[in-house]
Amino acid sequence: MKIMTCPVNGPRPVSEFVYAGEVCDMPDPSQCDDASWADYVFNRNGAPGIKKEWWYHAPSGTWFIAERDTVRDIVLATWLHRPVAP
Amino acid sequence: MSTRLPQVAGEWVERDQPLEFSFEGRRYGGYQGDNITSALLANGVDLLGRSFKYHRPRSVLSAAGHDANLVMQSGGRSHQPNLRADTTLLQAGMQLTPVNVQGSLASDRGSLLDRLSALLPVGFYYKAFHSKRLFPFWEALIRRYGGLGQIDITAPRRFTAKRYDFCDVLVVGAGAAGLSAALAAADAGARVVLVDENLRIGGSSVFDRGGEAPDPAVQALIRNVERHPGIRIRTLTLACGYYTDHWIALIEGARMTKLRARAVVITTGAIEQPAVFRNNDLPGIMLGSAAQRLIYRHAIRPFDRVVVLAGNDAAYRTALDLLGHGISIVGIVDLRQSIPSSPALQALSAAQVPLHAGHCIQEALGGLRVEGAVIAPFRDGEADVSKRFLLPCNGIVMSTGWAPAGGLLYQAGATMRYDDTLGQFIPDLLPEGTYAAGRVNGVYGGNRMADGRCAGLAAAAHAGIGQPSDNTANLREGTAQSHPWPIVSHAGGKNFVDFDEDLQLKDFANAVQEGFDNIELLKRYTTCGMGPSQGKHSNMNAIRILARLRGESPGQVGTTTARPFIEPVPLAHLGGRGFNAERETPVHALHAAAGAIFMPAGNWQRPEYYAVDGMSREAAIRAEALAVRSGVGLIDVGTLGKIEIIGPDAGAFLERVYTGRFANMRPGTTRYGVMLDEAAVVIDDGVVARLSEQCFYFTTTTSGSAGVYRELGRLNTLWQMNCGIVNLTGHCAAFNLAGPKSREVLQTLTGSELGQQAFPYLAAREIDIAGMPARVLRIGFVGELGFEIHVPAEHACTLWQALLQAGAAAGIRPFGVEAQRLLRLEKGHLIIGQDTDGLTNPDEAGVAWAVKMDKPFFVGQRSLTIIRKQAPVQQLAGFSLDGEQAKKVRECHLVIAEGQMAGRVTSVAYSPTLKCYVGLAMLRTDLTAIGTSFTIRVTDGKLVAARVVATPFYDAEGLRQKTVAAEGLAA
Repeated sequence: MKIMTCPVNGPRPVSEFVYAGEVCDMPDPSQCDDASWADYVFNRNGAPGIKKEWWYHAPSGTWFIAERDTVRDIVLATWLHRPVAP
Repeated sequence: MSTRLPQVAGEWVERDQPLEFSFEGRRYGGYQGDNITSALLANGVDLLGRSFKYHRPRSVLSAAGHDANLVMQSGGRSHQPNLRADTTLLQAGMQLTPVNVQGSLASDRGSLLDRLSALLPVGFYYKAFHSKRLFPFWEALIRRYGGLGQIDITAPRRFTAKRYDFCDVLVVGAGAAGLSAALAAADAGARVVLVDENLRIGGSSVFDRGGEAPDPAVQALIRNVERHPGIRIRTLTLACGYYTDHWIALIEGARMTKLRARAVVITTGAIEQPAVFRNNDLPGIMLGSAAQRLIYRHAIRPFDRVVVLAGNDAAYRTALDLLGHGISIVGIVDLRQSIPSSPALQALSAAQVPLHAGHCIQEALGGLRVEGAVIAPFRDGEADVSKRFLLPCNGIVMSTGWAPAGGLLYQAGATMRYDDTLGQFIPDLLPEGTYAAGRVNGVYGGNRMADGRCAGLAAAAHAGIGQPSDNTANLREGTAQSHPWPIVSHAGGKNFVDFDEDLQLKDFANAVQEGFDNIELLKRYTTCGMGPSQGKHSNMNAIRILARLRGESPGQVGTTTARPFIEPVPLAHLGGRGFNAERETPVHALHAAAGAIFMPAGNWQRPEYYAVDGMSREAAIRAEALAVRSGVGLIDVGTLGKIEIIGPDAGAFLERVYTGRFANMRPGTTRYGVMLDEAAVVIDDGVVARLSEQCFYFTTTTSGSAGVYRELGRLNTLWQMNCGIVNLTGHCAAFNLAGPKSREVLQTLTGSELGQQAFPYLAAREIDIAGMPARVLRIGFVGELGFEIHVPAEHACTLWQALLQAGAAAGIRPFGVEAQRLLRLEKGHLIIGQDTDGLTNPDEAGVAWAVKMDKPFFVGQRSLTIIRKQAPVQQLAGFSLDGEQAKKVRECHLVIAEGQMAGRVTSVAYSPTLKCYVGLAMLRTDLTAIGTSFTIRVTDGKLVAARVVATPFYDAEGLRQKTVAAEGLAA
């Protein structure tokens, strides 16, 4: 079983985690047209490569970002989400 | 004929521990430490199996389970359908029979197939099953003749436990390299686990002796490893699968251990490969390492006059081992033209053993046992039959080459390359934390210990312990250990490449001719390597054959993919026992005592209804519903998700995740909330209570609770609003006390005023109930006056009992999920996930009233804007049914209009209050007008008429749940 590193709890078996999809920035709903909104809601890039994803460590309730190379099946880095300065 | 030798130094059999067993109904004796194969050979039984396809007589090939010649079935209490005789320890009382035999081994009726082999060409299955007409014929035939052990479905179930283990360095294979690796890593301070499939450690070093005493260096190594406190030795343990991040499946007996290592050293050695010549499968023909295993481990002399077929130096060491145990060597036939000098060669010359360099065995002769070998000059991979001659013998030993036991390396992600000098595949690139040493790494002879030491130190260093070795010398020898072409063609065929599947040399040529000339295609078309031994003795020769046919090197042909498991294990290990986590509310035991019949709801166990003696399920449910409508009922709703959100932004946060408006709520009130996803699909609903300016408490659906809490956490991680989210689902118990008499019952337990003025419909209060701090919400899910009471879980049982006691005079009745579903259906209240699906938007679900589009933002708002520009497609509507057919209508039955699908039933039930069947259906919008008739197709295909009616079906004004009028009704 794979090991995933929670930024708070350290390396744990991947069965403790929930994967929640690629990080994609929401376009401004008041500005974007319907097509680009639909693209944001429905389209995901499944091509293998380096991905930035939402992961959740269920026992501790920790959300974080993981960067994975899905070609080599390697977790490159994990970190807590840092909000962009307003 | 095979026999037991006098005591051999280091033998595994314990002669003071005799065991009895039977084979084909005859009784025999063996010893503790014997495996099934050795015990039978010791009794002179050396016809041990029949081949899979042609039912040819078979005996020992590898003595190590690298072939499927010897598969046995054990009967009686220890029933097992497919035991590998080579690797299964003998147990007292075993009742063994060979698999795949009709009649007896000596006269197997299936052996007729051997003479019909011309009718069973390569790719036979593909060709035979091509015709649909003949399919049943072939299927019946193959099922009768093919296959292995018979399963006894009455055999008692054997439980296979799983356990977990951890170490710094795992070493797989306890030969010279593995022992050195384990010792080096443990000396560096690593916690080491050393696993080996055999009864004892030592590997090939213990039996590959060249006629001499065991190597004292290896003996010392074994002692040091056994004494080392940092090494745990696990014998009789198969490392079967290598999974991500150094997770290894270890099988030992009836248990599987899932072991996580920081680093792994693979020292699994090499598997000796058979030579290919006509009748190379006759009993009495075996690998050199098989003969050595039998002699030194089990003190078995398998034959007494042998021809040794040589292709490497190991053959000469083996020959000395044979000579030293009373086996005369009729001749050594070496495939090589020139034989490198070695001490073993000199010793054999001194013993005047005839040597035939540059010759091959073209054919073995015999019936149920080998009787002679036809020898012919061998040049450029072809036999010169004009100069052939016969050597009579009762055994042939083949030592012509090796293949790395690299299954685990491949699974770990290693790449392998073919080394032309060694004539073997060796690791090229190893993944991080995986190391290889010894023969699997292409290192033979005395260098294996140094190689193991390097790998052990490197593995420990990878685990963060000690330093890697600075020894970078090339430890691989410069001479070939494997002959590049130990294969002799013969017009008569029967020169077997894969013994499991009875594949002959010509089958490969035919497969390539038919276009299956890629190694993966060749494997599947010929089924080479697809038998129980998974190509351990056949893949290397298959690669050599394909390379020669294509004019390439074995390296260019490449290998097939190795997958877990690398050894056949009982399926029970993979199935095991199922564990489903179930959640119970704090009052579960009280429900059970009250006769509750439980049903799963998400991962919760909820009372479906409470069984009553002499009352049917339906009657009990209706009685529960009636109690709520006419008196008072109590339901455990502790499975609802319960979340608290606190902080200055709590209201603003809820406005972003729910469709409704919450920031303007007054403390002490509740509001219904609907949650959408980004695509504007309804995903959850619940009641939001504002307890104070900065504190909201809300419920989610039972099945949605974990997901909603998780997603809210993610959203606030993203939005960073000034509020905290607390999951109180397990912390709080919740009960709904409902019915016209609920207020008078509850009032007896609290000093707080519960009247219509003090505690109106949709109010929320934090008050004491029976002396316990409670959050009470006045809601009406079931359509009656009702109080949802939330208390800390530790008070749950006390409160439940207090409520039942307080309601006893009013005829209180606990009610289950089924009654609640009926009651809410009468009110037309939807259940998310039952009346909606993964595509339903709030307009279709009829909750548009709870959607406030004039807010600046909520999840799903933008998508809903787009959806509302399009024409609506479907709408949830209430319907009623009359007549005899009504009871046939079930949830998910389709609505049919003009022969087309026009919707589906989402909820349906008989309403004892309304005296008819009512339901909800997702209908095409043109069918939703009140009074419209439509038809539902039920299971037997009949169409049942239904009519759209307004919801709620019951108490449309909602007076019973809202107002003081309810009190009047109760009286």
